[in-house]
Amino acid sequence: MEPLLKLNQLKTIFSTEKGMVTAVDDVSFEVYAGEMVGLVGESGCGKSVTSESILQLLNEKTTNYEGEILYKGMNLLSLSEEQMREIRGNEISMIFQDPMSSLNPVYTIGNQIAEAIMIHQKVGKKEANLRAIEMLRLTGIPSPEKRVHEYPHELSGGMRQRVMIALALSCKPQLLIADEPTTALDVTIQSQILELIQELREELDMGVILITHDLGVVAEVCTRVIVMYLGQIIEEADVKTLFKSPLHPYTKGLLKSIPHLDGDRTQKLNVIKGVVPSLQDVPSGCRFAPRCDFATEQCRENPPELLELVNGQKVRCWNYEHILREAKDHAVTTSENK
Amino acid sequence: MDAKPIYSSEKIVLNQHQYNKEQRFLLFKRILSNRLMMFGSIILILLTMVAFLAPIIATQDPLAINATARLQAPSSEHYFGTDNLGRDLFSRVIYGTQASMVVGISVALISGFFGMVIGLYSAYNRYLDHMLMRICDGLMAFPAILLAIAIMAALGPKTVNVIAALSFVMIPTVARVIRSAALVVKEQTYIEALKSQGASGIRIIWVHIAPNTISQLIIQLTYVFAISIIIEASLSFLGVGIPAPDPSWGNIIYEGKAVIYNAWWMTVFPGMFIILAVLALNLFGDGLRDLLDPHSKK
Repeated sequence: MEPLLKLNQLKTIFSTEKGMVTAVDDVSFEVYAGEMVGLVGESGCGKSVTSESILQLLNEKTTNYEGEILYKGMNLLSLSEEQMREIRGNEISMIFQDPMSSLNPVYTIGNQIAEAIMIHQKVGKKEANLRAIEMLRLTGIPSPEKRVHEYPHELSGGMRQRVMIALALSCKPQLLIADEPTTALDVTIQSQILELIQELREELDMGVILITHDLGVVAEVCTRVIVMYLGQIIEEADVKTLFKSPLHPYTKGLLKSIPHLDGDRTQKLNVIKGVVPSLQDVPSGCRFAPRCDFATEQCRENPPELLELVNGQKVRCWNYEHILREAKDHAVTTSENK
Repeated sequence: MDAKPIYSSEKIVLNQHQYNKEQRFLLFKRILSNRLMMFGSIILILLTMVAFLAPIIATQDPLAINATARLQAPSSEHYFGTDNLGRDLFSRVIYGTQASMVVGISVALISGFFGMVIGLYSAYNRYLDHMLMRICDGLMAFPAILLAIAIMAALGPKTVNVIAALSFVMIPTVARVIRSAALVVKEQTYIEALKSQGASGIRIIWVHIAPNTISQLIIQLTYVFAISIIIEASLSFLGVGIPAPDPSWGNIIYEGKAVIYNAWWMTVFPGMFIILAVLALNLFGDGLRDLLDPHSKK
């Protein structure tokens, strides 16, 4: 099957006052229709920039793209601004992190959804309004025919995020990019929104890229996970493999730092020591080497390649075999002790 | 007891309606409780009515010269007295109100329109911004009156020219205010969200950024209105504004200047009107700012 979206060695380079900064470096991955892919990593690792690059929402004067973004085999980077506008919202849509500021305060929500519909489809105002009500109903907003006349400030955060989803899906896009759609919401609303995205994905057979730093969310809804660190993909695997046998020390660290409900409360939570270095001084070898427990001389000097294993798992690490063996030994010894 | 469920959707909608009504009532109450703003609004309404009804209110022809009744003190026949040509001062001040209001409103509308266009585009486009804002800086470097005098000297004294000159002088100020307001709006997530939905730049500027800057525009325009009344009076006083014999507050004071020791009424009455108009506009503008700007809510 041909992938819906295929990033081919995408590089996003910002020209800043201090020189060129490569925020996204050699990122390649695929998204298939009907699939939900998780994109995880710490703040500043390039998750959002990757998604904004796909839609080319970044300031065009200071941003340079390299590589290819193939959508249904068509390179988005070679399209004109006009053609790109046709894609945005219509083919590829995006949900933003903060529902509080993602809607224009001076228009009713119905107006805003109808506008999005009228940008892409030749329909009248009346038809668009009806479709807006339909979209709101789809996202589970109660009595949508009354809600369409309300302004964003009259809605709660969860409701606004539903409106944002209705807005993003109003033209039935093939691909949805959800940039931390639940970060600003509380936990109960969070699960409702995720469930909603999940349902709509199935119903519309969309591909979804879910950007998040919450591994719990990923485990729950995604089929495949891509872990990013400092602008690079460092590990990619299907959800089960990643949570069962993570290969990259960074992924291991991330998984260890999740607090468990039944965990030992006297023990301190595991942390990955150090901070993400600035993009201006990227380490010369492996980007994670300064913070890695397993780092060797080789790691500090030569940047590793993203290797694909037999089971389809991809990892960017010199020592993954060693780490894998150690994990197995550990598993063996613990089972022996029992 | 009636066993109807309390939270039926009908009831909630009803409550919503009630809520909207209450909100509107609260806003109205806030306006009423702002005494200074009420005072300003009432004076403004009165002045506007005076301007509209000038032909009815004026007791005599403001241009009719009566050589036998020169420089008469205020009386029951001439409420504000007469000027050095025997014209009825009351009628002249009333017609002067009309002139000032016309100039003030026209300048506010014209500079508001162009200021908005320039401000919005310079907020949206960096290259345009550099160009337009340097021009605005250049214009703002001149004192407003001096620049207006220079333009009037070039165009010649005519009411239309006064409006043109004042609008030109006021545009940079309005443009700056709109630009800064638009820059704030531009950084909001909903603008990026709109881009991600495929909205064009023009649509974003006019349909989404512009309405969010309207409140600042309105507040700014009340001040522009007040300042242009003062500058118009100054220009007329200096003889480059509304040309004689048409009355305006400024040129009445100018004519009264020569006889200020014999006929105080010629300077005091139009002066009072200028003070009243500008004071009212400022009070109104301040009140409006308090109402529209959420940060200054008490």
